[in-house]
Amino acid sequence: MNSETKAESTLQADGLVNGGDGSGRTLDLAAGIALSSESRQDILLQAEDLLVRRGGVTVLDISALDVFSGQVLALIGPNGAGKSTLLLTLAGLLKPARGNLLLRGERIGNGGFDYRRHIAMVFQEPLLFDTTVFENVAAGLKIRGVGRAEIGLTVPEYLERFGIAHLAKRSARKLSGGEAQRTSLARAFVTKPEIVFLDEPFSSLDPPTREALTNDLERILRETHTTAVASTHDQAEALRLGDRLAVVNGGRIVQIGPAAEVMNRPADEFVASFVGVETVLPGRVVRISDGSFTASVERCEIEAVGHVRMGDEVFCCIRPEHVTLSTNASPPGTSARNVFPGTIRTITPLGLFQRVRVDCGFDLVAYVTRQSLEELSLTEGKSVTASFKATAVHVIRRRE
Amino acid sequence: MNGFAKKGLLAATIAALLMVATVAPSLAAPAQKNLILATTTSTQDSGLLDVLIPLFEKKTGYFVKTIAVGSGQAMSMGQKGEADVLLVHSPAAEKKFMADGNGVDRLIVMHNDFVVVGPAADPAGIMGAKSAPEAFKKIAGAGALFLSRGDNSGTHAKEKGIWKAAGIATEGQKWYQETGLGMGQTLNVAAEKKGNTLTDRGTYLALKKNLAGLPILVEGDAILLNVYHVIGVNPAKWPKVNADGAKAFSDFMVSADTQGVIKTFGVEKYGGPLFFPDAGKPEYN
Amino acid sequence: MDLILEGIRKAFYLIFTLDREVLGITLLSLRVSGTATLISLFIGITTGTIVALTRFPGRQLVVSIINTGMGLPPVVVGLFVTIFLWRNGPLGFLEILYTPTAIILAQAVIATPIVTGITLASIQNLPANLRLQILALGATRVQMIWLLVKEARLPLLAAVMAGFGGIISEVGASIMVGGNIKGYSRVLTTATVMETGRGNFDIAIALSIILMLLAFFVNAILTQIQQRERPR
Repeated sequence: MNSETKAESTLQADGLVNGGDGSGRTLDLAAGIALSSESRQDILLQAEDLLVRRGGVTVLDISALDVFSGQVLALIGPNGAGKSTLLLTLAGLLKPARGNLLLRGERIGNGGFDYRRHIAMVFQEPLLFDTTVFENVAAGLKIRGVGRAEIGLTVPEYLERFGIAHLAKRSARKLSGGEAQRTSLARAFVTKPEIVFLDEPFSSLDPPTREALTNDLERILRETHTTAVASTHDQAEALRLGDRLAVVNGGRIVQIGPAAEVMNRPADEFVASFVGVETVLPGRVVRISDGSFTASVERCEIEAVGHVRMGDEVFCCIRPEHVTLSTNASPPGTSARNVFPGTIRTITPLGLFQRVRVDCGFDLVAYVTRQSLEELSLTEGKSVTASFKATAVHVIRRRE
Repeated sequence: MNGFAKKGLLAATIAALLMVATVAPSLAAPAQKNLILATTTSTQDSGLLDVLIPLFEKKTGYFVKTIAVGSGQAMSMGQKGEADVLLVHSPAAEKKFMADGNGVDRLIVMHNDFVVVGPAADPAGIMGAKSAPEAFKKIAGAGALFLSRGDNSGTHAKEKGIWKAAGIATEGQKWYQETGLGMGQTLNVAAEKKGNTLTDRGTYLALKKNLAGLPILVEGDAILLNVYHVIGVNPAKWPKVNADGAKAFSDFMVSADTQGVIKTFGVEKYGGPLFFPDAGKPEYN
Repeated sequence: MDLILEGIRKAFYLIFTLDREVLGITLLSLRVSGTATLISLFIGITTGTIVALTRFPGRQLVVSIINTGMGLPPVVVGLFVTIFLWRNGPLGFLEILYTPTAIILAQAVIATPIVTGITLASIQNLPANLRLQILALGATRVQMIWLLVKEARLPLLAAVMAGFGGIISEVGASIMVGGNIKGYSRVLTTATVMETGRGNFDIAIALSIILMLLAFFVNAILTQIQQRERPR
C-alpha cells in the first residue's frame, strides 16, 4: 500500500514541476546555495501560520515553512527554543491551535493516521518496544497490516543497512545506546516514509558512536532520497546533514536558508552568537598533499588539514578569533598558509572584541581587541591582509 | 486484518468466553426453584441442616439457599421480603413478627434446651442451680466473666430475657462482654477466656470435643427451653416471595419422616439427641 | 501444636483423597476469583489506560477516587452489593443474590480499582514520548493503546497478582453476598470461617492450607512469567 502511494506521490510531484517553470527537479548543489534557486524546489511539506500554545503561552509561532522534496532541513536552536514542538507539529503529533499543514499542496486533516503513515519520526531516546530488534524494526509494518512474508523480506534489508543484522534476535533491552538508536532509525526507514523527522537523534550518544551513526544516516538519506527535518544543537551536525538550516528561537524561525548562507550571514545578533562560527565557506577539494589539502572557494584557494578525497564538497569553517589582521601587504614572520588581501566592510563592537568583516573575495569575520584596532587604526573601507593557519580551518564534509 | 488487532480480538474473545462459561451456570440457577431459608447459626453449626436440606431438595426439587445468621437478622430479612422461609428460635420476637403481618403459617418444629456453661472452677458458684435467673444473679454478684452473643440471635434474646428475670442491668459492666459472633465461636471464646455463657445444647454437644474445661453448670430450668418454629414470609406483603416453596419447606419440616430424622440426629455421634421433635404440639409457654 | 499438625495431616488427606466437597469448594474459589479477576482486568485496564492517556477537567479527582478504591474494604463492598441485589433492591430483578455470580460481582468491584490503579501507574511510567513514537509509526488510536498496554505488561502482571490475591483471600463480601451455601456458593474462605465456628479446626486449617497453596501457586506461575520476561 505504501509503495503505491509513494509512486503516486512522485507522479504528482513531477506534474507540479512540469506545470511550473520546467526546470526539472534535479538539484545542483552549487545552485542550491543561492537563495534564488529555492523557489524552484519542489515543496513536499508546507506549514502555514502555525500557532501552538501550552498552558496559555505561545510556544510556537511559525508564519510559513517549506520543506523541499529530497532535502534535509536542519533545525538548530538552544534548548527550549521550540524545535521539538515544531517537529511534533509537522509530524501531525501535536495539534496546533491554528494553522495548516499541506503535503504536496493538499491539506492534512487533523490527527489523521493516514498522514502519519506517510511519515516517520526518530526521537532522542530510542523508545524501543520490549521485544527483539527484529520485531521492533517490523513494528511500523505490522501496524500497517503488512503480511509476515513481506516483513520477512523487508526487515532484514533494513537491519543490514543500519548494521544491526547480527542483533536481529536480541532483546531491545540489551542493546548499547548506539545499537538502540540504529534500531530506532531502521524502524523509521523500513516503512519507506516520504518524510522523516529526527529530534536530536544522536545527542545522547558518545562522540565515536555519534560519528558512525551520522555517517550511516547521511548515507541512507542519500541512498533513499528521503526528505527529512532534523533538529540539533550542534552546528557541525547541522552542516553535515542539512541542505538548509532553520534557526529556531523563542518558538519562531529567526532565519532559514541554505546552510552556508545562514552560517555566513546571520540575520541578527542571536543567530550570530548561536551559530558561533561566522565564516563558513563552501568549497571543493582540488589538491591533496601530505596531510593537508587545498580547497577552491569562490575564486580563492584555502589550505586546510583533514582527511578528504579529491573532488569532495566541503565546508571550511573559520572561527573569527583565529583570523589575524595586518596592515602590511605580506605580514612578516607569519607561519599562516592562508593569506588574503581584502577591504574592511564593517566594524561592530562586540563586548571585549570588535567584530570586523573583511571582503577578501569572500566574507571573512575576524575578532580583534580594541587595542589592536587603535594600534592598526582600522576603519571601514581600509585595505588589510587577513591570515589564518591551515590548522585553524575546521573542515566539514558535505553530503554529495 | 492486521496483527495487533487480531491478537487483541483473540484475547477479548477468550476473556468473554471464559466469563460466559463461568457465569452461565449460576445465571441459569433462577430457572430452578430457588428457596431462601434464613435461619440461625445453631441449626447450621450443629450440622442438622446438612442432613435435612439435601433430603428436602431431593424430595421436592427446590434449591435451598441457606443463609445462616442470627434469629434476629433472619426475621429482619423476612420483614424485608429478602427470605422465603425462616427457621428461628426467638418466640417473643416471632410473635411480634407474626402480629406485624410479616409471616404466615408459624409452625412448631422442635426444641432442645439452653444450658449455662462455664469454667470447671466455677468462680460464681452456680453449679447445680435450679433457677437460671438465680445463677445469673450469682454471676453478676461475683463479677464472673459472662460472654454474650450480642447479635440479636435467638440465644441472645433468650439470654436478655433471663437477665431481665434476674433484674440485672448488664450494660457497661466490666464482667459482661459481647462477642458479636455465632454460637460456635462464642463457645470457643468462653473456653479460651474461662467465661460463662448461655448456649443451646445442640451446638454445645456438637462442639464439646473442643471445649475442654467448659462443663454445663446449669440446666433443666423451664425458662431454658429453646423452641424452633418455621415461618413462611408473607407473600401478600412481598410478591416476590416463593410462597409455594416456603409452604413445601414448612410441610417438610413437620412431616413424620423429617421429625423422625430430627429425633435420631446426633444420637450416634454424641450419645444423645440434639433436638426433640415437636410437630403438632401446642406452643410452650 | 497438635491441632496444627493434625490440621496439616488432614489437609493433605483431603487433598490427596480428592475429597469431593473440598475439591468443589476449591474449584469454585478458583472459578469465582478467576472470573472476577478477568472482569476487573477488562474494566481496570481499559479505565486505567484511558485515565492515563487523557486530560480532562476533574481528572485529579478521578485519580484520587481510584487510589482510594484500591483500599476499598471488602465488607463495605459486600454490604452495598447485598443491598443492591436484594429482591426489592435496585438490582433485585437480576435475582443473583446468594449465588456465585454475586460473589464474582462483589469481588470484581473489589479488584477493579486495584487493577485500574496499577494500570494507571504503569502506563504513566512508560516514557512520555512512547505514545508519540507509536503514533509516528502510523498507529491508529486503538493500535496505540494496545501497544502501550503491551509495553506495560510486566507491571500489569503485578496487577493480576494483586487483584487475584486480594479477592481469593477475601471473606467478608463473599459470605454476605454468597451466603456460604453448601455445595453452591461456599468458597474456601467462607468455609474456613464456618468450620472454625463449628469447632472443626482441623478442617479449617486444612482449608486454610489449600487456600495458601492456591494463592502461592497462582502467584508463583505469574512471577515465573514476569521473571522470564524481564531482561537478564
